[in-house]
This record gives sequence, C-alpha cells and structure tokens, in this order.
Amino acid sequence: MAHSHSAGSSTNSERGRTQHSPEAEPPLQSNAVRLVFDDPGIRRALTRIAHEIVERNESPELLYLVAIPNGGIPLARRLKANLGEIARVEVPLGILDTTLYRDDLSARGERPLLRETEMPSGVDGRVVVLVDDVVKSGRTVRAAMDALMDFGRPRSVQLVGLVDRGHRELPIKLDYVGKNVPTSAHETVRLQAAPDASAGELEVVVAGGEAREPGERG
Amino acid sequence: MIGQDLLGMEQLSREQIGRILHTAERMQEVGAREVKKVPTLRGRTIVNLFFEASTRTKASFEIAGKRLSADVVNFTPSTSSMKKAESILDTARTLDAMDPDCVVVRHAVAGVPHRIAQVLTAPVVNAGDGAHEHPTQALLDLLTVKQAKGRIDGLSVTIIGDVLHSRVARSNIYGFTKMGAEVRVAGPPTLIPKGIERLGVKAFTNLEQALIGADVVMALRIQNERLAGSHVPSVREYAATFGLDRTRLQYAKEDAIVMHPGPVNRGVELSQELVDHRPSVILDQVRNGVALRMAVLYLITGRPHASVQAEEG
Repeated sequence: MAHSHSAGSSTNSERGRTQHSPEAEPPLQSNAVRLVFDDPGIRRALTRIAHEIVERNESPELLYLVAIPNGGIPLARRLKANLGEIARVEVPLGILDTTLYRDDLSARGERPLLRETEMPSGVDGRVVVLVDDVVKSGRTVRAAMDALMDFGRPRSVQLVGLVDRGHRELPIKLDYVGKNVPTSAHETVRLQAAPDASAGELEVVVAGGEAREPGERG
Repeated sequence: MIGQDLLGMEQLSREQIGRILHTAERMQEVGAREVKKVPTLRGRTIVNLFFEASTRTKASFEIAGKRLSADVVNFTPSTSSMKKAESILDTARTLDAMDPDCVVVRHAVAGVPHRIAQVLTAPVVNAGDGAHEHPTQALLDLLTVKQAKGRIDGLSVTIIGDVLHSRVARSNIYGFTKMGAEVRVAGPPTLIPKGIERLGVKAFTNLEQALIGADVVMALRIQNERLAGSHVPSVREYAATFGLDRTRLQYAKEDAIVMHPGPVNRGVELSQELVDHRPSVILDQVRNGVALRMAVLYLITGRPHASVQAEEG
C-alpha cells in the first residue's frame, strides 16, 4: 500500500518526496527535480488543445470528456471550461479508473488502490475524448479503452495527453499533445499541485533517477 | 495488505479494514453499471468450499467472483466426498492440487478454515466457522454503517440476541471496536457469554437500557430449534423480551438504523413491519455484501503466495 502505483502521475505528490523515499533502496542516483511545464504553460496548451478538438470535430455537441484519474481530472475540467467558451457547448465529463482493467494484475503482488469511476451517462454514439496527464507505455490508455467499451459504443475515441514522454510499448498515439518531453525510462514525470498554489495551479516535473516502481502507470 | 488469508476480524488492523472498505466502495460502482463485469480476475479460479449449508453467502461470493471475471466453482463436500469419509484436510489438499487462486471456506466447526489455510497454497477466506467468526459479514456491516451514517468512529452500536452462538456478533464486536465505535450487547443471560466484556463491550440483559442512545441496532438470528427449551423458555417469550419493534426502537437515537444478518424470523427478532421498512437497512447489507466480497477477492488474490507452512505430524 505504501507503494502508490500512481507515483508517476499523482496530482498531490509532495515536492521533494523523491528525495527521501524509505522504500527506494539503494539511494537514488539523482535528486534533481526539474520543472518542465508551469501553470501558464499548461493553460496555454489546454486552450490550444480545446481549439484543436473543436476544429477536428464538426459536431461539438457529441463530445464527451473522460478523465483518467488522478491527473486527468483537473486537466479535463479545464478542457471542459475551454470547450464551453470556444464552442458554447456543455460537454459531459466522466471519470474512468483503469485499475481493474490493467494488464499486470495477474502478477502476484500488492494490489493497486482503486480510484473513482463516475460516468454521468452512457457513451453510445458520443465522440469520447480521453484525457490523461502523462502518456508513456500506452498501457493505461489501452486499459481505458477497454473500460470505456463497458459503458457503451462510442462513435469514436480520441486521446489527449498533457505530456508525451515516449517509450511506447503499444501501438497507441496521441491525437492532442500538450508537450513532448523526452525522458529516460527511469525518470518519473508527474503532474502535481504547484508549490504555494492558491487557486489549483498545476505543474509538471521530472524527477531524475527514481527507479520505476513495479506498478507505475505508463 | 490484508494478509495471506482472511480468517477473522480479530487479526485485521484498522488500516486493513479501512483499505477493504475503500476498495468495496469502488466496487459498488461496478455493480451499478449496465455491464456488471470487469476483467480483473480473468483466468483465476475461486472455489467455494461450503461444508455447512448456505444459500446467501455462497451466492454472494459466487456473484462477486463472477463480476470480477473469475471462474467460480462450488464445492459442497457434504454431498460428495464427505460421504466417503474423506477427511476435511484431504478434501482441502485435493482441491489445492487443482491450483485454485482462492478458497472460500464455511464449516460448522470453529477453526476449520484456519486449519485448512495451513495446508493450502491458495489464500483462504473464512465464510463462517461455527460460533467463531464471519469476517465478510462484519465487513459488509461496517460498510453499510459507514455509508448510512457517514462514519463509524464514535457511533454507538447495540447487538441484540444470541451472542453466545453468533459468529456474526463476534466478528462485528472486533470490527466495530477496532473502527472506534462503542459496542453493547443485549440478550438473555444464558445467551451472553461470560467474560464478553474482555472484548471491550458492555453487556445488558435489559433491552431498553442497551438501546438508549444507539446509532445502530443489530438484531441477531435466533435459531429456534436449537434454543427453545434450553437457553430460552420459548421463542414467543424471547420475542416478547428481546424482539425489536417500533416502540422499543424509540429508546435508540431518532435516526438509528436497524440491521440483521438474515434470514430474519419475522415477528421474532424484528417485528414484521421493521423488516421491510426504513430504518431497516437489511437489503443494503445484502447488496453491499457483493461489493465487499469483490473487494476481498481482489485484494487477497494479489498476495504473493507464501510457501506452504510445514505441517506437524
């Protein structure tokens, strides 16, 4: 339980947590935490992505945002607001946990914590836009698509990733990318609350050298 | 996280109980879907090994396993090998050789699931052993109370009836006290075990006194055939003294909820009217049982398999 498998994408990870983790033995190779995306940058990226979504979809009333927790939730909320302004549509926003659909559950080991799923309505005939914070292996996206199909038959599924770090292990590509962040496979990239943030400001940081946890999402 | 086996509430920590309840609340969402199935335990086998008759608990475990996509096999030895005088442990060993991923055990004798767990490779879930423990019932009761009341900590819980023979009472006493509730038991002196106070509960032989200020009132099933004439003069007399109805319920808090592990003897433990209407939450208990057992199966099948403990003899 101490090993949160979502360390790579938690919004509430404390800054500096990687500097001293009792679980990580031997000691980390590097303590460096570098900022790759600040809140204004994230805002600009999401505004651009919202415009791209509207350009690409002729019927904005069919859009349905589905956030992958935890990181996808604040991003999808911002996208919903942006889409409301740009296209004058109230886009439904669902939350879909992928944990029960993961492909590594047959491995014996500590079970990952389940997160919330809340789908306000079925997805039949809708243009679903999946929203995740960091996309790496593509395995979470694969799980999300399987989960989504249990809620109906969407007309199409598109994918937003705030950060694309590469290292894909499945044939999955992003339709909308906030930023490409080349990283080494051993680094951790996470979306988190910006320090001293009063109004839900976010940032994306790369923490160097932390060994990949067995249950880390990609 | 929750251990190799789930044998009793006695062994669980507050944190482990919290983790199970949290997981069960997430599983409730799966049960609310149109497609009530997730692929989590695809390819896994769960064996329901019920030496004692059970319809409700067995069905609940079976539905829970199937909603997680596991293959669920019901094994009722009383109708098969036990007639051939196969020993309980031999039955367990035979099952183990078929590589199940989890074995759910019910037996009329206390301690049998523990004994089976010692010889099995697969994790064992106790689905009720004699008058000892019934942990998944206590966990689903905790979940029901948590959702009806918003908390467990600081609540006052009154358990009424045959505490002496009740594994439900024992497991709930461990569970509710660990989660910070105050637990009282009430019943005829013949059905309240001596020294029950050592488990951190207050014992009452007067129902009204036990009900004062209660947030949760839980009536236990009275086994008519076993008790009448020995532990209580008659079922009718029991109902007159310890049966719960709306008048008696007024001693509890105004918003108190009424629970029963089922099946209810209508007009004995609970008045006819209390069974079917609020503040009774009996059907919520049943509903929550499936999600709770999904949570237990999910958590327990993730454990690394410990090597089989050395068997003496």
